[in-house]
Amino acid sequence: MQIIHTDLLTIGAGLAGERCAIEVAGAGFSVVCLSLVPARRSHSVAAQGGMQAALGNAIMGDGDSPDVHFLDTVKGSDWGADQEVARMFVEAAPIEMRRLAHWGVPWNRVVAGTHTYWKGGKPFDATEKAENHGLIHSRAFGGTAKWRTCYASDGAGHAVLYTMDNRAAQLGVTVHDRSEAVSLIHDGETCHGAIVRCLRTGELRAYLARATLIASGGYGRIYRASTNAIICEGTGLSLALDTGVAKLGNMEAVQFHPTGTVPTDILVTEGCRGDGGTLLDRDEYRFMPDYEPDKAELASRDVVSRRMIEHMRTGKGVQSPYGEHLWLDIRHLGEKHIRTKLREVDEICQNFLGIDPLHQLIPVRPTQHYSMGGVRTDKTGAAYGLKGLFSAGESACWDLHGFNRLGGNSLAETVVAGGIVGRNIAEFLQGYDTAFSTAQVREAAARDEARIGRIVSGADGKESVYAVREAMYDILERAAYVFRNGTDLAWGVQALQEVHERAQRIGLASDGVGANAELALAIRLPGMVRLALCVCHGALMRTESRGSHTREDFPERNDRDWLNRTLASWRPGADLPHLDYEPATTHVELPPGDRGYGGGKIISA
Amino acid sequence: MQRSLTFNIFRHNPQDPASVPRMDTFRLDETDSMTLFIALHRLREEQDPSLKFDFCCRAGVCGSCAMVINGRPGLACHTKTRDLPAAITLLPLPVFRLVGDLAVDTGTWFRAMYQRTESWIHTRAEFDPAAQEARMENEVANAIYELDRCIECGCCVAACGTANLRPDFLAPAGFIRVARFAADPRDQRTDADFYEIIGSDEGIFGCMGLLACEDVCPKHLPLQNQLGYLRRKMGLTVLKRLLPFGR
Repeated sequence: MQIIHTDLLTIGAGLAGERCAIEVAGAGFSVVCLSLVPARRSHSVAAQGGMQAALGNAIMGDGDSPDVHFLDTVKGSDWGADQEVARMFVEAAPIEMRRLAHWGVPWNRVVAGTHTYWKGGKPFDATEKAENHGLIHSRAFGGTAKWRTCYASDGAGHAVLYTMDNRAAQLGVTVHDRSEAVSLIHDGETCHGAIVRCLRTGELRAYLARATLIASGGYGRIYRASTNAIICEGTGLSLALDTGVAKLGNMEAVQFHPTGTVPTDILVTEGCRGDGGTLLDRDEYRFMPDYEPDKAELASRDVVSRRMIEHMRTGKGVQSPYGEHLWLDIRHLGEKHIRTKLREVDEICQNFLGIDPLHQLIPVRPTQHYSMGGVRTDKTGAAYGLKGLFSAGESACWDLHGFNRLGGNSLAETVVAGGIVGRNIAEFLQGYDTAFSTAQVREAAARDEARIGRIVSGADGKESVYAVREAMYDILERAAYVFRNGTDLAWGVQALQEVHERAQRIGLASDGVGANAELALAIRLPGMVRLALCVCHGALMRTESRGSHTREDFPERNDRDWLNRTLASWRPGADLPHLDYEPATTHVELPPGDRGYGGGKIISA
Repeated sequence: MQRSLTFNIFRHNPQDPASVPRMDTFRLDETDSMTLFIALHRLREEQDPSLKFDFCCRAGVCGSCAMVINGRPGLACHTKTRDLPAAITLLPLPVFRLVGDLAVDTGTWFRAMYQRTESWIHTRAEFDPAAQEARMENEVANAIYELDRCIECGCCVAACGTANLRPDFLAPAGFIRVARFAADPRDQRTDADFYEIIGSDEGIFGCMGLLACEDVCPKHLPLQNQLGYLRRKMGLTVLKRLLPFGR
């Protein structure tokens, strides 16, 4: 078996993984990034909207500061965020945006003079300051007091990921694409790298690393309807969970995006609503101002998603062969705006739905979108439980977002956390030595080899990988979607335990040779079901509503009993995650209060 | 009326010594709004789990799923079956190494391209975390973004006559990358520097001018325009070298 040595191994080569890699490579260490796909196809590329940073150059962002960004972020998180982390993030974000500009990101810039912008479906004029001409511009996003989101036309994720990968290529960062980590090499105290499966040939390789970073993105694809790329199956989180010692934070905190399109679940950006798009019901009536008079369509995502479901429950949804939905209307923004600033949206409508958004309404419904939960780390990015293991970006629970993250904060988190955690890893590597045990590597590889062999031969059973996945989808859709309740969640946990049993008995229908997708999924699926159990079990135990976690039977946010973070770990041989809790934040700048939107009662501490 | 679709799909598994390249036929009933993303996944999950193909974003932004669809390179995820006849032939992209069936190795090809074009900003300026960002005209930012929109799907490479004849050809995706940096005032490379990268038969002068690249580009990049622009620029650079007063 091939063994590859490196200082840092990153699992994932999206924005967070590569930003860390650049920092560590820049400090003179060797780095190898693993990626399921060529690095530039990572899900970061799909982010359309932009990155929040309090630069305050745009007239609608005038007077913005990290302090205001901090308040928006903590309120958005429904006080679930670690406030020390949120403070670090808001202070570093403007510098990081400028660094990206230096590296080549074509951010849109301020053009001095009077321009027509849109807010809440109405145009208005605003005059950009002459002294800010040519500085980085920003646009509106939900849940923010100021226009703060830096953007590059309608493809910020693309523009930043391409720049990041260029920078990584310049520094000689090695990317091994079509490579999937299948287990971590560790002794219960220290992480030493990973056993990796080549997705071209099916061969196993061992990567020995002094530091290992999980930057594998979210777990959205444990849901059937998700805006995420199809590779976002939470594999990095499963690897951490399977160590038995690392912990996953707030797995029940799953965000649903208000505007996933029907039927393919492709996201159309929040920028549509930021720029003045409105939500309409079956009567083409704009309903959001009735629920949220002040913010309307621009309330935070969890609120808009809930209000949409609430409104559909009153019988105002549009019936279609693919189920019920509502309409997104951007027709009034005009041809120039739709064809340039919202071009990706225009293309999605034309290419995937066969409609023209200039003249037609876009069918939308709340769809799984973002995973707030992830590998729990401290503020430096070091994972709980295993020395030498780190995590950053969507796969991590750092924890910037608490129970709801704001649009534009996650893309910004990838690069801001990537920079901070990267610097911390470089510091960790300085003068750190460890001993690699050949027996440990051999045993880890033998375990994986044996498991894969049993799946291919069908030694444990002939369960169909696709049937087992469907069963998981069905349960999550009923038990752990936008609205949750104790009865469905209790049923969901039990049903998922049965699916977990079945997942141990998967046998292939094909030969499993080479770049075989059935085998790759069969290897991943038991871990995905364990993540689903973490979501469901965590949601059942959390008897309150906070951010995206909405319990119909416990509608209040309960700061008396639940101002905390769920920590899930999986003990060897267990059939349920073990849960414990820690305070949401030890550093308090902003005591719990009213978010100013979303309604709902609060049980005070 | 619902159609019955016939898929003729190229099959070969390079990892299986017994595998022989062949075409397999599958049948599938068409449904509303069916794309090749939906159809291929149904074929894999319902008929043949060994079928190999690549998708990632399934939203036309990541470039994973390029293949030859009824003779034309394109993205499978945004190809609607209603726009195709009932008989659909799918082949892997040529030029790139085959991973299996419809999946090809674009990652290795494009990484080599980044190294050849030195696909990054070349500047002597140091980043100063305490300073305001350098100013840029919004029009310039937009112009760079337009050239930066390539998703590296490989369609233009597969459709390129020269790239199919010589594996060392930089191909349209490489030229548009050079054009992107040539348009960026932050990159301090000169025309002479770019000439070193593309001023050869493996570079801009190898293009036969067939221009299929622009026809198949799913992002409608101005490949033809940029090719002409770079050729003129490089031609002038050669002239300057030849003429004594140009030196």
